[in-house]
This record gives sequence, C-alpha cells and structure tokens, in this order.
Amino acid sequence: MKILVCISNVPDTTTKVTFTDNNTKFNAAGVQFIINPYDELALTRALEITEKQGGTVTAINVGLADAEPSIRKTLAIGANDAVRINAEPIDAYFVAEQIAAYAKSEQFDLILTGRESIDYNGGLVGGLLAEMLGIPSVNVITSIEVENGVATMERDIDGGKEKVSCKLPLVASAQKELTEPRIPNMRGIMAARTKPLKVVEVSGDLITSATVGFELPAAKGGVKLIPADQAEQLIELLHNEAKVI
Amino acid sequence: MSTEKAVSTAEFHKANKPDLYTHPDYYLMDELLTEEHKLVRSMVRDYVKKELSPIIEDMAQQAKFNYDMVKQLGDLGCFGPQLPVEYGCGGMDYITYGIMMQELERCDSGVRSTASVQGSLVMYPIYKFGSEEQKHKYLPKLAKGEWLGCFGLTEPNHGSDPGGMTTNFKDAGDGKHVILNGAKMWISNSPYADVAVVWAKNEQGKIKGIIVERGMAGFSTPETHNKWSLRASATGELVFNDVKVPIENILPGVEGLKGPLTCLNSARYGIAWGAIGSAMDCYDTALRYSKERIQFGKPIAGFQLQQKKLAEMITEITKAQLLTWRLGVLMNEGRATPAQISLAKRNNVDLALNVARNARQILGGMGITGEYPIMRHMMNLESVVTYEGTHDIHLLITGLDITGENAFA
Ligand SMILES: Cc1cc2nc3c(=O)[nH]c(=O)nc-3n(C[C@H](O)[C@H](O)[C@H](O)COP(=O)(O)OP(=O)(O)OC[C@H]3O[C@@H](n4cnc5c(N)ncnc54)[C@H](O)[C@@H]3O)c2cc1C
Repeated sequence: MKILVCISNVPDTTTKVTFTDNNTKFNAAGVQFIINPYDELALTRALEITEKQGGTVTAINVGLADAEPSIRKTLAIGANDAVRINAEPIDAYFVAEQIAAYAKSEQFDLILTGRESIDYNGGLVGGLLAEMLGIPSVNVITSIEVENGVATMERDIDGGKEKVSCKLPLVASAQKELTEPRIPNMRGIMAARTKPLKVVEVSGDLITSATVGFELPAAKGGVKLIPADQAEQLIELLHNEAKVI
Repeated sequence: MSTEKAVSTAEFHKANKPDLYTHPDYYLMDELLTEEHKLVRSMVRDYVKKELSPIIEDMAQQAKFNYDMVKQLGDLGCFGPQLPVEYGCGGMDYITYGIMMQELERCDSGVRSTASVQGSLVMYPIYKFGSEEQKHKYLPKLAKGEWLGCFGLTEPNHGSDPGGMTTNFKDAGDGKHVILNGAKMWISNSPYADVAVVWAKNEQGKIKGIIVERGMAGFSTPETHNKWSLRASATGELVFNDVKVPIENILPGVEGLKGPLTCLNSARYGIAWGAIGSAMDCYDTALRYSKERIQFGKPIAGFQLQQKKLAEMITEITKAQLLTWRLGVLMNEGRATPAQISLAKRNNVDLALNVARNARQILGGMGITGEYPIMRHMMNLESVVTYEGTHDIHLLITGLDITGENAFA
C-alpha cells in the first residue's frame, strides 16, 4: 500500500489577516504557519491504514523552503518520506499539475488531501489531481477503510450519510470527522532528522490565474439586544432600522 | 504503585473555552531557534491545548493530581529530554529542554514541576552520579513515565540550609543494606512517586544520594493538603522509619552538598524558562482582554494606565527571553555557571510574579476567577519563587559571586 498525502502550509488559525502590495498579496510578516488541519487528518488516517496493513506514506508539498518546518512535522508525525516541489503554490491548477507530474512516476494506491486548505479555501486540488491522473475522486470523506484493493468510504450528504466504494487507485479528500489529529512525540522528532525530504524542481510553468485583489469583510457592527418579551420592538427595528422585513 | 488514589483525565470537568494562546515574540527571538526547537514547541503546545488546557482549572480547583499526565508527558518525551538516547531519553539540547518547560509552565507551574522534578531532580542525578546498573534500571522507565520519581532534600528544620539535614543512614550489619531514618518535607510528586532520590548523611556525616523505592518497609509518603499554590501538583512528605535499603541503591558518584546542588542547577535552569511561560500566558490573556473589554466607551487597552502595564510586561518578558536564550547557549556549551543560573531563576520568577499581578488587575473582577488562568499562575508562582532556592537566597548567591563575600551566615 503506497499512500501519498498532499500537505499545504497555511497561516495558523489565530492569524490576523492583512495584505500588502496594493491588496494583492497576503502579508506573511510575523505569521506562524502550520500544516493545513484537514491535511493533518488525511496524514493521520494514512498512517492508521499503513500501520494496520503495511505500506508507506509519502507527504508532498508544493512550496518554497519556508514550508519545510511543516513538512518536517509530517515526518515527525510518522510519514516515511516527503517531497517538496520547489515553487510558490500560485493556484490550485498549478499545484495539482505539479503533484500529478510527481504522482505519475510513483504509482500510488491512494492519494489523500484535505477537503480544502484553510487559507484560500478553494477545495480544488483533489478533484483536479484525480482528473489529471485519470483516476476517480471522492470528496469530503468522513471515514475510509481499504481492503483487497477497494476503498470503502463514508460522506455526509444532506440529511444523511452516503457509503461509497471505489477501486484503487483514487483520490479522496478528508473531512473533519475522518480521525483525530496526531501530536508528534520526541521519538518521532528525532526519527524525522534522518528521513528523506526530497526537493524536486518544477515541471512546466502552467500558471492560469492571477490575484487581482483581496478585500477584508466589513467589520462586525454593534449588536442590539432586545428582551425576549418585547417582540414588537424587534419587529419594528427589523422593519424600520435594519430594513430586512 | 502509589498509595494515593490516582485520578484520571476523564474525571475532571472540561471547560469549553478554547485556549487561544500565542506566544509574544517582540524581538523575533524565534529566528534564534532551530526548526527542531520550534517543532518541539508546537508538539508540547498542541498537547497542552488538547489534553490539559480544558481541565487544568479543575485540576487546580480540586487539587487532585492527574496521573494520566505522567504517562502522557513520558510518551511525548518531556522527562529528561536532554539526557542520552541510550537510556531511553531524548538526546536533545538544553534549549529544547527549556522550551518544553516553558510550554508546560505556560499551562501551569504544577505541570512543569512534575516534569522538572522527574527530569532534573530524579533522572539527572541517577544519570550523573549513578552506576551503569542504576541508570539502566531506572532511567528508561522514568523517561517513559512508567515510574514517577521525587527528590527529597528539604526537611522540616532545614530548608534554605540543607547542609544541616538530619536524615541519615547507617550500616545494617548484613553487608547488603543500610538503615535509613529521618523525614523530608515539601516534596513534589511524593504521594504518587515510585522512586525517591533522597539526600541523607552517612555515618561519617557526609551527604549521599540514595534511591528509595515505594514498598520498602518503613517508608511512607503522606500528602500535604490545603495548599493555595501548585494545586495541580502533588506535594508531600517522605518519612523513613528504619527503612532497609540495599547498598546498591546508593549513588556512587558523588558526596557532599555538591550532589543535590548540581541537580538544582539543572532544575533552576528549567524554571528560568518555565517562569517566562507563565508570564507570557498572563500577558497574552491580559492583552486580549484589554482589547475586548469596553469601559467609558472604548477598549480599556486605549487607556494609558493599562498601556503602561502591558508595555512594561512585554519589555520585561522580552528581556527575560533574551537572557534565557543566552543562558541556554551557555548550557549547551557547558559554560553556564551556577551563579548565572541563579540570576536567571531569580529574575524570571520575580518578573513573572509582577506580570501576573498586573495582568490580574487588567482583568478587573474577572481576574480573580477561574475563567482566566492569571490568578492560578500568580498563586503558583508563590511556590516557584520559594522552591529551588528562595528569591533571597539567589540574591545572596549573586552577591557572593560578584563580591567574594559570603553573606549567608
Ligand atoms: C510547593 C513546593 C514544592 C517543593 N518541592 C520540593 C521538592 O520536590 N524537593 C525538595 O527537596 N524541596 C521542595 N520544596 C522545598 C523548598 O525548596 C523550600 O521550601 C525552600 O528551599 C525554602 O525552605 P523553607 O521553606 O524551609 O524556608 P526557610 O529556609 O526557612 O526560609 C524562610 C525565609 O528566610 C529566608 N532566609 C533563609 N536563610 C537566609 C539567609 N541566610 N539570609 C537571608 N534570608 C534567609 C528565605 O529567603 C525565606 O524568605 C518545595 C516547596 C514548595 C513550597
């Protein structure tokens, strides 16, 4: 069983977001970066699968050298090796293209991603990657078991659950319920020192999009609290002040 | 195992308030750390946020020792990370050790105490002064958290002046054992400890280290109750009533006060890092609160008096971060002197207490509740400023070091 887990390096969830360069670039000064939380779940589930039935887990990231702490952390958590494709991850198409180029040469049985990265929330890489590799993709899975070359997965759908089975190889993206993230320990951190982290140069440079500008949402306005027994006053305000009814 | 009833994580009430802590780094100190240092920091911080932050307040309020934590800290590698890999330890540097203590004390000084007693006061002397057999017998189990240890130096009548201790052992006459008598007081971890590194005088009046194991006849560890400080850490006595201890449990490698003092250096170094952790947590909490709390129509962060408190806090924290990092480099190079460690312990615990007191005021009434960590840190720090050498004693150490004049006695 050979599993590839796609890892993106994202600002910590507590980051205060600001922009530079005329609002076209995220301001990374002083920001702490972490492994995208959904990707961390994908990684943990991959490790659970290979620990049970044997195999290897490779972590892959498209990013510059500053992403290496997050990549090293995947090794500390338990990935067997890691690959960094040395390029700024401009957009989802570019990232998927780069990962596909690498994955083609390696023949993975299963590729896991997060359902989305928490920075730009595009949620596109998994689907694009599957398309480029000509294999199926299953989105937003809450569980996955693999047996005899077939993966059985669950997904939340409106008002219920869907159970999907699919022959390997395939791409699946992790939803929150997939598993509990794993905290590395000291032994893992020491082992990570000697695990391979390969840096691969970009193949082609297919950049299809450019950011024109970012805008922050309007600041939250004040809140008016109306006592529960004064519904008329609430209706009056919704009519005349908020003008929503 | 211990005579006390162990309490597990599941028995504590979980708060549902998220732990939003981020560490202040005003002078970009992170650039002085290696990738691995930062990885270790995020490991301990993630563990704390997941396992301890939700229950730490209840652990302290109930003053019950969370025994699960011992195994968890062992699994993470927080016990003796700076000792060699061949004994099941981490083989990391002193800055890594410091960072771990800082992240643990950021949560609670009691949690850090559990770890620093185990790593610096129990494992370190066994490593430094123990025989090969002792090292192989005790260190791997202590490192993994399968055993908990404690360190017995202080006695009811000998605190700052441990050289006057009366706990003693004499030959049992069978060629195999010694008979230990006496009592130790204020011993962290004692009620749950499986092993105790005890400092006692031999028949020649020389101080020796001796490893006492739970279950030895005549050895008991009554718990000290009603503390207002370090409530999440268990404290107790060690009572020795004609305890027959095998001769091979005596640490062969050291004699005299130098033994316990060497261990204290290692632990005090960890406290220097740890105390900044409490200070950073108090500062982080107060800064966030001050921006959200509105009085007289604006956030209290906008008032000069509150800014003075916050600005002075970050100034002191930043100075301590720099001082302590430098001390870490000297430790790694084997060049840090005991007096340098004293200076850092004294300075950092003192500033942490001041930060905690000012931070508590910024939170007004909320500052005294268990909704926020500040009052707990403040009460904890009253122990930290006392143990491992009081604030005054460390000043005398610095005084002696710079003047050459002994003002102790
Ligand atoms: C929660 C907690 C946990 C502890 N854990 C441990 C442990 O695990 N193992 C262990 O061995 N000990 C432990 N201790 C004991 C601690 O190290 C002692 O309390 C400390 O050394 C002070 O001793 P004392 O309490 O007897 O105070 P004393 O020595 O009686 O001091 C009282 C006061 O007199 C001052 N003083 C003393 N001598 C001088 C002098 N020459 N000049 C000027 N002023 C002086 C002191 O600074 C202090 O202000 C712990 C203590 C606490 C509170």
